[in-house]
Amino acid sequence: MSTNNHIIKPEAEKEYNILNLGPTHPATHGIFQNILKMDGEIIMHAEPTVGYIHRAFEKIAEHRPYNQITPLTDRLNYCSSPINNMGWHMTVEKLIGCEVPKRADYLRVIIMELSRIADHVICTTIIGQDTGATTGFLYFFQMREKVYEIFEEVCGARLTTNIGRVGGMERDFSEVAWAKLKAFMIEFPKFLNEFQRLIERNRIFMDRTINCGPITGERALAYGFTGPNLRAAGIDYDVRVANPYSSYQDFDFKIPIGGNGDTYDRFMVRIQEMWESVSIIKQAIEKMPVGDFHADVPEFYLPNKEDVYSKMEALIYHFKIVMGEMDVPKGEVYHSVEGGNGELGFYLISDGNRAPFRLHFRRPCFIYYQAYPEMITGGLLSDAILTMSSLNVIAGELDA
Amino acid sequence: MNTTELFDHLSEKLKAQFGDDFIGGEIQYDFPVFIVEKKSILEVLQYLKTTPELNYHFLTTLCGIHMPENKGAELAIMYQLHNMVDNHRIRVKIFMEDGDVKVPSATSIWPTANWMERQEYDFFGFNFIGHPDLRRILNMDEMNYFPMRKEYPLEDGSRDDKSDKMFGR
Repeated sequence: MSTNNHIIKPEAEKEYNILNLGPTHPATHGIFQNILKMDGEIIMHAEPTVGYIHRAFEKIAEHRPYNQITPLTDRLNYCSSPINNMGWHMTVEKLIGCEVPKRADYLRVIIMELSRIADHVICTTIIGQDTGATTGFLYFFQMREKVYEIFEEVCGARLTTNIGRVGGMERDFSEVAWAKLKAFMIEFPKFLNEFQRLIERNRIFMDRTINCGPITGERALAYGFTGPNLRAAGIDYDVRVANPYSSYQDFDFKIPIGGNGDTYDRFMVRIQEMWESVSIIKQAIEKMPVGDFHADVPEFYLPNKEDVYSKMEALIYHFKIVMGEMDVPKGEVYHSVEGGNGELGFYLISDGNRAPFRLHFRRPCFIYYQAYPEMITGGLLSDAILTMSSLNVIAGELDA
Repeated sequence: MNTTELFDHLSEKLKAQFGDDFIGGEIQYDFPVFIVEKKSILEVLQYLKTTPELNYHFLTTLCGIHMPENKGAELAIMYQLHNMVDNHRIRVKIFMEDGDVKVPSATSIWPTANWMERQEYDFFGFNFIGHPDLRRILNMDEMNYFPMRKEYPLEDGSRDDKSDKMFGR
């Protein structure tokens, strides 16, 4: 036995391990690199590197007509694309001063809440997965599939949806879509309830997540947290309530908040938000107004194909919209929606041309991920993995 | 308090506090926008944050803007602040010449400004004075230009299959 192998060295002579976690590590669920300075299992220092899937959306957007920017927003937080799409549409509507009919608002609310459910299903099941509860991931995850089937029925796409148009929805829900939605509304609460009962009071899960990666409300605000992660830290800020858009003021729902801002709270806030989303969708279906599903803005809203082939005006507008020849007012406008991860903002400067002069995305993931080193320092490596999944950092939104 | 009242109220306050360093403002849709001198931006942000009556405690976002046509003030940064208690949002802007890109860093007021400023440095080349770690963030470290500036084309300029003359523009 060597003489000094088991002696703890004084602080100055101490040697640390450098661990390169990522960029492609199966446990980080995306392209994230963290260079960790480790003292055994304890993280002493973390240095995140981001930008691995940077695609310069802000630059591309300066060269594209307004309608063609929607597919770019799909690829921000790709777990809840419809929220991004509709956030962008609402920004343009704000710029051009377009009033959307109630029915379009309500259809949008249904789609947005479904995407919030899909987003939270991913996050909560992955927290379960990372704590070792594989059942949730394999079993509850099929609910995301059901949500995507509804999207498919409404817009034809599943993940990167490009759903809706400036001025409303591209089409009303079909009979099949309504039927699928009704079936989902019966099935989903059962699944959610089962998943919740499986996980939330599980001793192993609680031991693993309580006090894992905590952040105080004050620090969370200083770091620009929004969304479920901020609410888990006890701050009841929700864009849907603070600045209601798309008729959210018509619905009665609660904002669940946590207390400690740890992984368990972030998990529970998301579970409760899914219940609230179910309730909002239920109210939207019940109160669904009759009327048009899009605003009367022929300059922006792509006309029906039948009309394009038979009516002069429709053909002209079709051509102008497809070529991006729309008259937009000058001005700068900011609009934000409550995305899956927090306040997703669009800051748009228009100089009256066919493409935005400047478009800046306020991406919640990018802003709160910088708190990650602070949250994991002093904790275990295994907690760092769990903290990252509970923050629900989405690479697409992080890197834009 | 509606947007106009908020705008008037804050204009008076800023005028009284900062005199000539407060240049002016306007209302853009539902946002009051204030323009201040670059050299006093830090004091303005600090004042807006710490004055209890104003309490703009949350930095929603900040972003750079490049306007090559706007001679003498080609670059701008907008800061968007939020008072969550009263739900007031405002925007503060500073303008600067292209050659003079030194900006006081807001990281001492909000830690969240750290990555936001790194991003704007990365894309526009603003030199944030007092930033603890001003490096590129989304682009590769070896990059030697600032891609969001208008002079950098999105794609190869020699392509002509996408030129506007093909579409009669």
